[in-house]
Amino acid sequence: MFDERKLDGIKSSLNKWKKNNVEKAISEFPERKGKFTTTSNIEVKRLYTPLDIAEMDYEEDLGYPGQYPYTRGVQPTMYRGRLWTMRQYAGFGNAEESNRRYKYLLEQGQTGLSIAFDLPTQIGYDSDDALSEGEVGKVGVAIDSLKDMETLFDGIPLEKVSTSMTINAPASVLLAMYIAVGEKQGISPDKLRGTIQNDILKEYIARGTYIFPPEQSMRLITNIFEYCSKEVPWWNTISISGYHIREAGSTASQELAFTLADGIAYVEAAIKAGLDVDDFAPRLSFFFNSHNDLFEEVAKFRAARRLWARIMKERFKAKNPKSMQLKFHTQTAGSTLTAQQPDNNIIRVAIQTLAAILGGTQSLHTNSRDEALALPTEDSVRIALRTQQIFGYESGVTETIDPLGGSFYVESLTNEIEDQAVKYIETIDALGGVSKAIENGYIQKEIQNAAYKYQMEVEAKEQVLIGVNKFIVEEEAKKDLLKVDPQVELKQREKLAKLKAERDNIKVDSSLELLKEKASTDENLMPYILEAVKSYASLGEICNVLREVFGEYEQSVIL
Amino acid sequence: MDRPIRVLVAKPGLDGHDRGAKVVARALRDAGMEVIYTGLRQTPEQIVAAAIQEDVDVVAMSILSGAHNHLFPKVVNLLRGEGADDILVIGGGVIPDDDIPGLKDAGIEAIFTPGTATSDIIYFINNNLKR
Repeated sequence: MFDERKLDGIKSSLNKWKKNNVEKAISEFPERKGKFTTTSNIEVKRLYTPLDIAEMDYEEDLGYPGQYPYTRGVQPTMYRGRLWTMRQYAGFGNAEESNRRYKYLLEQGQTGLSIAFDLPTQIGYDSDDALSEGEVGKVGVAIDSLKDMETLFDGIPLEKVSTSMTINAPASVLLAMYIAVGEKQGISPDKLRGTIQNDILKEYIARGTYIFPPEQSMRLITNIFEYCSKEVPWWNTISISGYHIREAGSTASQELAFTLADGIAYVEAAIKAGLDVDDFAPRLSFFFNSHNDLFEEVAKFRAARRLWARIMKERFKAKNPKSMQLKFHTQTAGSTLTAQQPDNNIIRVAIQTLAAILGGTQSLHTNSRDEALALPTEDSVRIALRTQQIFGYESGVTETIDPLGGSFYVESLTNEIEDQAVKYIETIDALGGVSKAIENGYIQKEIQNAAYKYQMEVEAKEQVLIGVNKFIVEEEAKKDLLKVDPQVELKQREKLAKLKAERDNIKVDSSLELLKEKASTDENLMPYILEAVKSYASLGEICNVLREVFGEYEQSVIL
Repeated sequence: MDRPIRVLVAKPGLDGHDRGAKVVARALRDAGMEVIYTGLRQTPEQIVAAAIQEDVDVVAMSILSGAHNHLFPKVVNLLRGEGADDILVIGGGVIPDDDIPGLKDAGIEAIFTPGTATSDIIYFINNNLKR
């Protein structure tokens, strides 16, 4: 990027600076640490200069926003056109309560919904299942049938909001419910906008809400890709997620590498199922974590865009530019929040918010200060949303595109993170792909090693955590935490019993029977799941039919 | 003691957050204990069966989903039913302060919340074994 002669000049002036200024300074005042590193163990130099990015080619490696390789952003105007979607992940208790919270968030200026489901829903059990005891309505809203889904979106016009649903193993069932609610509101599927997470590979790696074995899960996923490309064209059919990989303890470059490796596996599966890459790839979306190391995070987001664009173009021969654009949602890092002095978490979230914005995210969830203690209260959620709004409307960081582009440090970090991710992807390819690398525990082990190393550094106080291992104060027990009413579970079970008594059970049985029959063929299952949903078959009933045909995943326990 | 302390690290319920459980398991192992990790989605019955079969001294459970008030006491009760009340039962996870006294009354002898050092857990186990 620079003139050769100028670079030579910089080389000698840099050496001079080191000799004349730095060495003297260090001899009088040693630096704080012998070695400075990022979370990905990239050594951070004292100073970055043009020499660190001398090999870069502006047009090839950075280019322009909205142009390949999209390092600087996926849209030509970015936040000058429109700010990112402010999308707070929420849901608890029953559909009525969650519906009230969504309406509150929309009134507060939130621009998209993000639905949190409880664990039974995420794993395809009804609220009256023995395995659901104690879990109903806890980490999200309990949805047993289309009836609950109708209540959840009551009074919320689906053509006006985009809705993200954190649902994976039973994603096709919840998507079918959303389509059915839309129909009841008089909105056709081609008007619906939103995202389902639908990323089963990271469930096996890090998040744990799997149901079926990998092959059958991949079939359900490619069924959704195919169905939506025809019927629900604006729907993002998957959100390939690094978030949970990072929460499980990975480094930034591992997060990027394992996420893109999962992405490669989905593209391969869809191509193998007979789809054309440019038919589904434009609807793939990603979901990343935003951590405390501001510059490393910005570098990660930039590297993600560039690397994915190159993978799609070179490895998969995509032709449509949209297939090469990595669009992503971001959530601030729950695992960085401390139970101690929880108001400090507001500052952590603010740093992570800035990283996501400087990294060019398309949508953002900001965590609430009290999440290391319990579900967030309404006040805490409002502060979290206001954090985004203050950056968006007051800070000025949105006025130009990719403001850190060209920073010697950030560009150098972007290159290094990309290199690390490429090496990991090569290793995974050599192991035979992601499924193999999960089966033999390679990916889980890499993440666990990083998590353990971090914990040991915290305990040795090499990694400072304010309020936890430094600047500790005596604190009183926290009051005013949000609690889910234990009655929710009982009420949910009663609702389900009533539904089962009142619905047309002959219709339910025949739709389930048909689904079961089709599950052992290679037909696309989406239309049959939709029929079952509309007959008010419950989520558990539908998933149990599929369990019978597909079997269940057995986790390999890696320690 | 002529044999290492044996610990069952368990994830009851449907919660998939096992970063903490795995870090603790590894720290206990590095501290010289024998550690068995159950993996995810264990019912209280499965945990108790594993504890008895593996003849452990400690059951250490982790829940971040909010189901602790239901699942932790159930494990203690089932252990008592099996006459295994000499097993030390401890728990951890995202557990509100208000819930801790109730859990202790139910027989969970210590609750470790976010920010706990693994060395504190090791110290507690070494000093509170029941057999």
